[in-house]
Amino acid sequence: MVLAQLLVSVYKNEGFNMISNIMRIVEMPMLLFQKHFGVRNVAWLFLAPNLILFGVFALLPLLLNIAYSFTGGGEILLGDRTYIGTENFSVLLQCESYLDPQSCTEDLFWRAVYNTLKFVLFQVVIMVGFALTTALILNKKIIARGFFRSVFFFPVLLSPVVVALIWKWILQRNGLLNAGLDYMGFEKVLWLLEGDLAFAWSVFVSVWMHMGFYTLIILAGLQAIPKDVYEAARMDSASPFRMFHRITLPLLMPTMMVVFLLAVIKGVQTFDEVYALTGGGPGTTTTFIIQYIYETGFAGSPRLLGLAAAVSLLLALALVVLTAAQSLAKKRAT
Amino acid sequence: MSLKKVPLLRMVTGLLAFLLLPVSAVTVELKYMCYDTIECAAFKQLMPQFNAKYPDIKVQIDIVPYKAVRETLPVQLAAGTGPDIAAVTDPGGLSRYYLDLSPYIDVHYWQASFGDVLDWYRDKSVYGNGRFNQGVTDIGIYALQTQLTLTGAYINKTLFEQADVAIPAIGSSWSEWAKAAKTVAKKTNTYSPMALDRSGHRLMGPIISSGAKVFDGNSVALVDQGFKTFVEQFVGWFEDGSMAREVWAVGGATYKDAKREFVNGEVVLYFSGSWQVKPFDAAIRGAFDWQVIGSPCGIGGCSGMPGGNGLVGFKQTKHPAAVAKFIDFFAQENIYQQLLSLTHNIPAHKAVADEGVDYVGLSAVAAKALGSWTAEVDKISPIAFKLQGYKYNRALFDIVAKRVTQAVVGELTVQQAMQRSKADLNKALKNMN
Repeated sequence: MVLAQLLVSVYKNEGFNMISNIMRIVEMPMLLFQKHFGVRNVAWLFLAPNLILFGVFALLPLLLNIAYSFTGGGEILLGDRTYIGTENFSVLLQCESYLDPQSCTEDLFWRAVYNTLKFVLFQVVIMVGFALTTALILNKKIIARGFFRSVFFFPVLLSPVVVALIWKWILQRNGLLNAGLDYMGFEKVLWLLEGDLAFAWSVFVSVWMHMGFYTLIILAGLQAIPKDVYEAARMDSASPFRMFHRITLPLLMPTMMVVFLLAVIKGVQTFDEVYALTGGGPGTTTTFIIQYIYETGFAGSPRLLGLAAAVSLLLALALVVLTAAQSLAKKRAT
Repeated sequence: MSLKKVPLLRMVTGLLAFLLLPVSAVTVELKYMCYDTIECAAFKQLMPQFNAKYPDIKVQIDIVPYKAVRETLPVQLAAGTGPDIAAVTDPGGLSRYYLDLSPYIDVHYWQASFGDVLDWYRDKSVYGNGRFNQGVTDIGIYALQTQLTLTGAYINKTLFEQADVAIPAIGSSWSEWAKAAKTVAKKTNTYSPMALDRSGHRLMGPIISSGAKVFDGNSVALVDQGFKTFVEQFVGWFEDGSMAREVWAVGGATYKDAKREFVNGEVVLYFSGSWQVKPFDAAIRGAFDWQVIGSPCGIGGCSGMPGGNGLVGFKQTKHPAAVAKFIDFFAQENIYQQLLSLTHNIPAHKAVADEGVDYVGLSAVAAKALGSWTAEVDKISPIAFKLQGYKYNRALFDIVAKRVTQAVVGELTVQQAMQRSKADLNKALKNMN
């Protein structure tokens, strides 16, 4: 009956009537729900779509990951796998000296851990430093400011694999850079085949790719600082360095904390661009934790899904601790 | 019957006929996962002959990247999904999913035609299951070896001529070839004397030729003096610049070849395999002369590693008889001959090999190269043959490639790489058994 009325109202193009009729259609099941489950429980009904999505795509994989980390064997389906307790974790943590990966049972894991730590240290410090400098420059009234803001943000829009392939064309033995060196009479350099060089280029490419995003955040933070504070400082004859040190940096600190937190998390998760650029080599020089997980669980033979799941869990734990520590630091800073 | 009812009756009859007709015309639809573009094209070209014989079987050939066969297919099969038929390169690894074709085919014909190669695909064969003859013998027939490949080397003959260096005789050792290639590269200012594909499969041929036994009775020993001898020599070639660093100085389990470098005349000796003949023929054309030298020799012989594609059906298929018909059709001598003439590979079919394949559209150089590869088949070491059928060979190949790379780039000494390879293999076997 209600549906018929609605159709009639649509047919007659009676806008107001149509809305009220739709409301009546919605109202009926809502009233029924309230009657059966109570008014307070209506909130769950509204939360349900989100909770279902979260449950299926976040919580369930997390629980499966935990379950897999306690299993061993070559089977793929969880039900077919053997429960082995904490063996995967003990294998991962078995080392004579944690400072020497070669002394660990799972040496490739520890090499990946150290490579990741080294990468995050270099990448985050260099990237945040450059992003801050760029944001400070772009915050000034310079010529073609809009253009430069776009230029710095552009690499962020590119796919990591595209970025890696572009740089690979530049850096490979017969690439653009070596062609330039050759033209100028210099020897060709194997940029991606020597450990230290490959690592340095991985950091550079990653910084080049992500810097624009952090520049944008810092720029927003800079623009949120009230102008009158600077005017007051100028009236007190404060030098530009003193203004930066005493006004800009302290007021920018909450933004910088967010930037550091995001950069560290993103740095730890680095995989695609470096994998496409170097394949994790030469050897294991640019193999990071995510690549280790991917190769252990999926690309290699046998598929050590349990071991890969255990590493994922340890990584998640490390990121939670890191996030908590930075949140604490942020609270103190503000 | 009223006049109105007549057209209605006709309509209903017509509709029923329309609905039932396709059912009788095409009763079975199969999916075939194919990755080798040359082979897939050849199958497509021969499909009309199959359709003429079996009009009720429709086969959809899905061309996928090799990565899909290697990484996605095992997951699909474990989940009970996946195609009905696929071309696989890991004969033992997926053996538990293979459909036994023997109830549907002429077993005697298959055994006479493909012989020992059939054993590579058996799950519980003498060495196929990794547990080494526990009294269970599988005599099922699971795959059609659509091509037999063999690893070995090519040389750029023109560079030898330009350098005025005599080409070492067939049967020369690795050291003799390395020395000659180095001299040629130096005299002709060529980028690299030698290159070897980054793959454990490629490395195992020279390792076996150097005297490695790989198997020790009922278990896999992997590391022995022969293994160590070749790996030490191999790592040394990178240190003295005899081997192309960019092929091996990569990470993970990434496969890398030096096809481009060889085609560009940047490598004197390139160790790869018989499957490169067609691409070389197409890419090099007459730019320089090249020839197959097979596998350089050592105390263990002059063996390459056999390999190739196997066309298999899977147990979970709803149409096992149709799958068997499809595979059996391409196993017939005249069809197999046509297939090989299009794919330009070494035949695994004995009668076809004896008769010789009339390769279509191949230059005289390439035809000669394929002839050389066919002659190399007799030199395959029994160890190499056994290793190709070993169920866990993929794990072994990946481990060898990874650890030897670490020795090449200086992260590990050869000794450490050997120890790690052995430990990794034990861990892998523990997880797979």
